[in-house]
Amino acid sequence: MDLSFALQQLVYGLTVGCLYGLLAIGYSMVYGVLRLINFAHGDLLMVSAYIGFFGIVIFNLPWPVSFAGAIALTALLGILIDRGAYKPIRKSPRINALITAIGVSFLLENLALVTIGGRPKSFPTPQFVSGSIVIGDVSIPTLSVWVFVVTLVLLAICMAVVKRTRIGMAMRALSRDMETVMLMGVDKDRVISFTFALGSALAAAGGIMWSMKYPAVEPFMGVVPGLKAFVAAVLGGIGSISGAAMGGMILGLAEVFIVAVQPEWSGYRDAVAFFLMIVILLTRPTGIMGERLPD
Amino acid sequence: MALYRDRILTVFSLFILFSFLTYADSNFGHYTLRILQNIAIFITLAVSYNLINGVAGQFSLGPNAFLAVGAYTSAIFTLSPEEKLRSFIIEPMLWPLSVISVPFAASLLIAGIVTALVAILMAMPVFRVRGDYLAIVSLGFGEVFQVLANNSMSITNGSLGLKGLYPYTNLWWSWGICVFTVFCTVRLVNSSYGRAMKAVREDETAAEAMGINAFRIKTFAFAFSAFFQGVAGGLLAHLITTISPSLFTFMFTFNLLIIIVIGGLGSTTGSIIAAILITWGGEALRFFEEPANLFGFQYDGVPGMRMVLFSVILILVMLFARSGIMGRSEFTWEGFLGWIKNKLSAMKV
Amino acid sequence: MDLLLDINGLSVFFGGVQALTKFSIQISRGDIIGLIGPNGAGKTTAFNATTGRIRPSEGSVFFCGQKITGWSPPRIARSGIARTFQNIKLYEDLSVIENVMIAAHSSVSYSFIEAILGVGRYSRDETRIKSRAYELLELMNLGEVASEQASSLPYGSQRKLEIARALALDPKLLLLDEPVAGMNPTETREFGEFLLTLRDNLPIGVGLIDHDMSFVMEVCDMIRVLDHGIPIAWGTPSAIRNNPEVISAYLGTDFNGTTVKHAKN
Repeated sequence: MDLSFALQQLVYGLTVGCLYGLLAIGYSMVYGVLRLINFAHGDLLMVSAYIGFFGIVIFNLPWPVSFAGAIALTALLGILIDRGAYKPIRKSPRINALITAIGVSFLLENLALVTIGGRPKSFPTPQFVSGSIVIGDVSIPTLSVWVFVVTLVLLAICMAVVKRTRIGMAMRALSRDMETVMLMGVDKDRVISFTFALGSALAAAGGIMWSMKYPAVEPFMGVVPGLKAFVAAVLGGIGSISGAAMGGMILGLAEVFIVAVQPEWSGYRDAVAFFLMIVILLTRPTGIMGERLPD
Repeated sequence: MALYRDRILTVFSLFILFSFLTYADSNFGHYTLRILQNIAIFITLAVSYNLINGVAGQFSLGPNAFLAVGAYTSAIFTLSPEEKLRSFIIEPMLWPLSVISVPFAASLLIAGIVTALVAILMAMPVFRVRGDYLAIVSLGFGEVFQVLANNSMSITNGSLGLKGLYPYTNLWWSWGICVFTVFCTVRLVNSSYGRAMKAVREDETAAEAMGINAFRIKTFAFAFSAFFQGVAGGLLAHLITTISPSLFTFMFTFNLLIIIVIGGLGSTTGSIIAAILITWGGEALRFFEEPANLFGFQYDGVPGMRMVLFSVILILVMLFARSGIMGRSEFTWEGFLGWIKNKLSAMKV
Repeated sequence: MDLLLDINGLSVFFGGVQALTKFSIQISRGDIIGLIGPNGAGKTTAFNATTGRIRPSEGSVFFCGQKITGWSPPRIARSGIARTFQNIKLYEDLSVIENVMIAAHSSVSYSFIEAILGVGRYSRDETRIKSRAYELLELMNLGEVASEQASSLPYGSQRKLEIARALALDPKLLLLDEPVAGMNPTETREFGEFLLTLRDNLPIGVGLIDHDMSFVMEVCDMIRVLDHGIPIAWGTPSAIRNNPEVISAYLGTDFNGTTVKHAKN
């Protein structure tokens, strides 16, 4: 494998990795705070893609408005899901919340199927992300550049919010010890809603960029990325934001490079994530960046 | 004394089931018989799924994958060498699989064993860490299975699938296995093994302090449940006679999850009742998704409608009726007779 | 004298914090040994390290002459160390009798196939486990509530049930973590007497943690005092009562002989 080929694959891998990472952060944050695998998280990617699609194609809204709207509405949906489905069973065993989350995921997917139909819609890719920049033998798609920049900016914002703001600090405290936070007089539900909003917004941003990269919007498009993003979150050590982003990158790179090195393995690409997960569980049960969680 | 009475009542009710099936076999149409067989297979699946999710409290999302492993294993072992030669057109089948052909019963047993072994392999990494990972790994395994089945042409025939299976599965096979599964599961749950599973579900730390090896008992429950899911897969394969990787989607798991939740997580009785209700109800609701002519209006049918309904039911049950139909209680003749006595005396008044 | 538990220089670190420093204790058959100290002194940590819940960073635990450091909790339990928990860990949704029967799981000799077919050692084992469980419930005065759900019992009975369950393991050593927390003075006195009878009738040793000083002084033969993870005293109840170092560790709490109200309740 020569250098320019490797660099080219690096570009591809990082692009997918960024998208996995954006989705993984939401999983990681919600798990950190509630110890809940939010199965419906991947479907938010689909919801955001549809909202973006309808904004542009049906309502003829300009790109920025449509995208901002998709992100805002998806964030709102994230909050609503928590308030409607998860909050009433906060106190019951975790298995119940998990089942509810699966119900919500299926509801979102099949509502989309019933109301919009199963035929994939082609996402209109805006002009400014088409084309590519060529450096030597390596061609970097403009979309990839956008993906890198947007992901880095969002990640930076997210880290700043979590590290520097009051609510972010409450969030981190909540992921350590629920009782203490309640004693400190922080409104737990507000913090949880905020966590859902932030995670869903990142998933929404990821969803829009995902549909530019793979421009077929359909009801079940969020399932596989959602699963992989969860694996990414585990890889990075669930509960850690930077870990989730890093897990996403590692997963994206692993998928791309395995196929690049062994083209005949391309059929196994979708299985890479789970093999990685099993290896991680066997060797480093808390992920790459994670601390040991208290039980 | 009570034990003796209960045994007689059980044998008697099995006799009634047997008579009903004999009657059904010669009087019911093909479609109804098919539904009856589906019910038996779903009871088998639900009861074994409930063992790991409800009794042992380990949240697996893998039954669709186990069903697939069982279906493929059993199909590979019953297909005749000639049929295999005919089907595997892209790549010939791997020797010795290509020449093996065993009786149906043996193939079901092999299917169960292979599936249980797969479950043990999965359990090794998963049960070493916190339980939540089981959900994702078992769900992921469904995806991995599809990938593997699509790519191992010389074993599974890839996306072409396996065709021309002999329809061995009939009313007797499906209900026979169903009764056998229920029997084994109930006996197991009532033994010390079942109690150990419940202990792990309730409080793993306390269970370990009482000398119960949680990892071992979880793995055992998982393998036990996978065994019967594999057997059910074999039954299903020889009922529909054509299988392909895309057949065993997460939808199966979702349906089973609804069944055990509605029946009451942890209750075998509940799983049986709900399996009947949901399988039969699902058939009844099929009209939602099929085109129909209602009073002169053309109704196109909306695919996905049943799933919307099912997911709403699942969420509502979790939010408002968490214990489902049975909670964690089980059917006993004692309770049943008492209930009837109550009803009778209420009628007299 | 029959040495059961022999702990030597046991230390436990939690992410840089030393929760237990060079802890040593010996418990022999027939002993009732108390482990006391202010909150956060590392008493439960010592229990957890003994029963395999926590891996000690240094030191060793010998049980009946065998080194058990690093063994898994179930293996240690099966070797004969039973324990109860500070915050009662019953199987709440199961019946009282089932709670006790579960602890006998390790003594079950039948395979799952025998269980399914109802043959072989199945009936014999089940009958044995069940009658033993009833015996233990009777012993703890819980015979009448055997078929009730464990979570429906009052607090004091839940503590007793936990002890019945621990005894079902047929332990050589019983570790009790705050057994009388939440009991009223009468119950506490009764429990103390029960514990002494138990020691006289069964070939076991007992280690116990409690904040109820009069109870500890009443039942224990010897007492080990911990403060901030460091062992500060070892002696008979009367010696401990008058040890100035112990008194200063407990400064601010009502130590001498009277019941210290447990902060968690």
